[in-house]
Amino acid sequence: MSADGARGGLKPKHQRLVLIVLAVAALIGATLLAMVALRDQANYFYMPADIAANPPEPGQAIRLGGMVEQGSMQMQEDGVTVEFVVAGDGERVQAVYTGIKPDLFVEGSGVVADGRLNTDGVFVADTLLAKHDENYMPRELEGMSSEEMRAELQDSVAGTGQ
Amino acid sequence: MIPEIGLAALWLAAALALLQLFAGLVGSRTETAEIAALARPAAALQAFLCTVAFGALLYAFAVTDLSVKLVATNSHSMKPMIFKLSGAWGNHEGSMLLWITVMALAGGAIALIERRLPEKTMMATLAAQAFVGLGFYAFLLLSSNPFERLVEIPPEGNGLNPLLQDVGLAFHPPTLYIGYVGLSIAFSFALAALLTRNVTPDFARVMRPWVLAAWIFLTVGITAGSYWAYYELGWGGWWFWDPVENASLMPWLAATALLHSASVLAARDALRTWTIMLGVIAFSMSMVGTFLVRSGILTSVHAFAVDPQRGSFILALLVLYIGGALVLFALRANTIAEGERFSALSREGALVVNNIGLTAILGVVLIGTLYPLFTEAFDVRVSVGPPYFNPVSAIFFLPMMLVLMVGPLLRWRNDRAGRLTKPLAIVGVVMVAVLACSLFFDNIGLLPFLGLVLAAGLAVASFAPLFGRALGRTPLTIWGMCIAHFGIAVAIFGMSADTAFQEERLVAANIGDVIEVGPWTGQLQTVNAVAGPNWTAMQANLLMSYEGGAAQEARPQSRNFWTPTMQTSEVALLTRWNGQLYVAVGNQGDDGRWQLRLWWKPFVTFIWYGGLLIALGGTLSLVGRVVGDVRRRRQQASGEKVDEELPEGALA
Repeated sequence: MSADGARGGLKPKHQRLVLIVLAVAALIGATLLAMVALRDQANYFYMPADIAANPPEPGQAIRLGGMVEQGSMQMQEDGVTVEFVVAGDGERVQAVYTGIKPDLFVEGSGVVADGRLNTDGVFVADTLLAKHDENYMPRELEGMSSEEMRAELQDSVAGTGQ
Repeated sequence: MIPEIGLAALWLAAALALLQLFAGLVGSRTETAEIAALARPAAALQAFLCTVAFGALLYAFAVTDLSVKLVATNSHSMKPMIFKLSGAWGNHEGSMLLWITVMALAGGAIALIERRLPEKTMMATLAAQAFVGLGFYAFLLLSSNPFERLVEIPPEGNGLNPLLQDVGLAFHPPTLYIGYVGLSIAFSFALAALLTRNVTPDFARVMRPWVLAAWIFLTVGITAGSYWAYYELGWGGWWFWDPVENASLMPWLAATALLHSASVLAARDALRTWTIMLGVIAFSMSMVGTFLVRSGILTSVHAFAVDPQRGSFILALLVLYIGGALVLFALRANTIAEGERFSALSREGALVVNNIGLTAILGVVLIGTLYPLFTEAFDVRVSVGPPYFNPVSAIFFLPMMLVLMVGPLLRWRNDRAGRLTKPLAIVGVVMVAVLACSLFFDNIGLLPFLGLVLAAGLAVASFAPLFGRALGRTPLTIWGMCIAHFGIAVAIFGMSADTAFQEERLVAANIGDVIEVGPWTGQLQTVNAVAGPNWTAMQANLLMSYEGGAAQEARPQSRNFWTPTMQTSEVALLTRWNGQLYVAVGNQGDDGRWQLRLWWKPFVTFIWYGGLLIALGGTLSLVGRVVGDVRRRRQQASGEKVDEELPEGALA
């Protein structure tokens, strides 16, 4: 240990203490900040029934999951905007997506989409987390049993009178 | 026969790891024990046997030996050879075999090369390395045997996920794994230092090149992975804050911090405990990352070979190793004597800011990545994305960049602020000028705006340490530091410019329609069907010209693979020095029009050039260090006066 040391005259032990306090403070700060940000900004997962029961603020980033209702998908004039209805538990949410439509995004299939509600209550999807292959099930829909899915599918078919 | 040889080699290697653990432990207590002499050969032989096992697996994939279950489920005789080979590690079992092979090679390398530390510490290091290895051997042999045979041989294999049939994949995972697993060396050194209570500047100097090498591979791996996701996923993004990406970023952040703190320990004998802690954390993050990727507990755009059952095995290993290391740390940390002092305004002070900032970002990323797991326990499903990661990590990143401009100019131990007025004034002027220019553009977000200003300042500041030096006599390590820091500026510039100035165009076009995006204009010429070895595709042919210049062809495809069935988007990229035109084609609508999505992404390529510059800087430093070591050793051998490490020596 050098005798002349650094200016300020801190003893090594004290310097170590200062460094530990700094590091701990920064980490606690980071954790608190992370927690606050997560509370505000995490993309909460909604099903159509959740939106009906407890609608999120317009403009708040959410993730919506459900089934694409039979007969609801409609391509707009511009050829790149598609309107569809996400259904689940007997509730329906009108949705719109502008972009390249994934191949496996079809009526009657499960869909998970990131986006936000606009002021008219229409869900504007930024991203469709469509399945990459037919075996892929969006993780958020995993909880639904196949019976529930089928029931919903039938509901949605019945709902459109097909 | 060949697969059985591979399996036998793997079992033998595991047995040798057990021997190495035992020999190393004995040797770390009594240097003279005869069994200790076995530790180094055991490590070297293990490396050889693992290479044999991995070679056997490569062979099974190369000849498409469908009696091997792994080949049958993941390969196909129709695949091109390069994808047959890369398929060997494009799945769970194969990638774990690659992991253990890299780990054995790293262990063998330190056993053969490293002779600078006291033998007791080396023995403890080899024991720790064997201890970590054993867990992964057990995992591989008991729950993920890559050489498992099938009783009924299928006529044809299942094929490999089409997204993975890409040259990028052939080299990306091995690169990343070398980085991940190379950090196990730092972990073992840290454990050995705690076990033998030997934390000295020498320890840091020995550990540094190994960490640096692993870090270079991680840097290249992350850069390549980002570019791969960019052109393969067809979404035009280059970083998604996806769990798998975070899994590679976290060890990188820890390793970067470790590199910097190790150089404080090497040059000034300070930050001892902290360096040990980072050594433990860095490899722990590699293991956490592997757990996240391999267990499939988090949804990811990149996770392909996942299996929940195996998650619990890796989780157990994780608890054992990380928990064990932290307990050892808690027990022994107070026996490490305090290091040298320094004032706040010194090189050490700046590096402490670097370390705290990196660790805080690591914490932010870790919390954000694991948060969905916590909430899922309470049945609340959330996903965490850029709205969280970008601003929260920027809070720590931006101040760190300001300190980065000053830090390398500071002297060790203590400095006067007045000495830095001139270089900092120049940097300040540059930043103000860029700030003023940026104000002319509307609609630049806050983060890209700050990014542009900081990138300009950092680009100048990163070369400031060279001012006033005789460039020819400047050590390679200083060049390495300057270039790596400049690479950060280049990457930040690329990210900010792309975010601030990119233009996007989404159209449904008929043949012959004129399409404009940013400075590009062009026309959809034709759409035709094309076929590859295991796919068919619709290919759009566009002629695009930049600001009315010569027309260039862009041919994006929408591919349909049949083994297994899957649709992927093969984007077309037109690269200029100042950016890239990114074209993706979608489906044909009912009215016959084709969906096209085009982006003009100014300076987007600078992101990956920056990443490569960072890795180049690391490589120069590594070469400088190794050459310096060899020279020192030669001087020692010939009895000359030994050059002490220069205190103003650069990082790493």
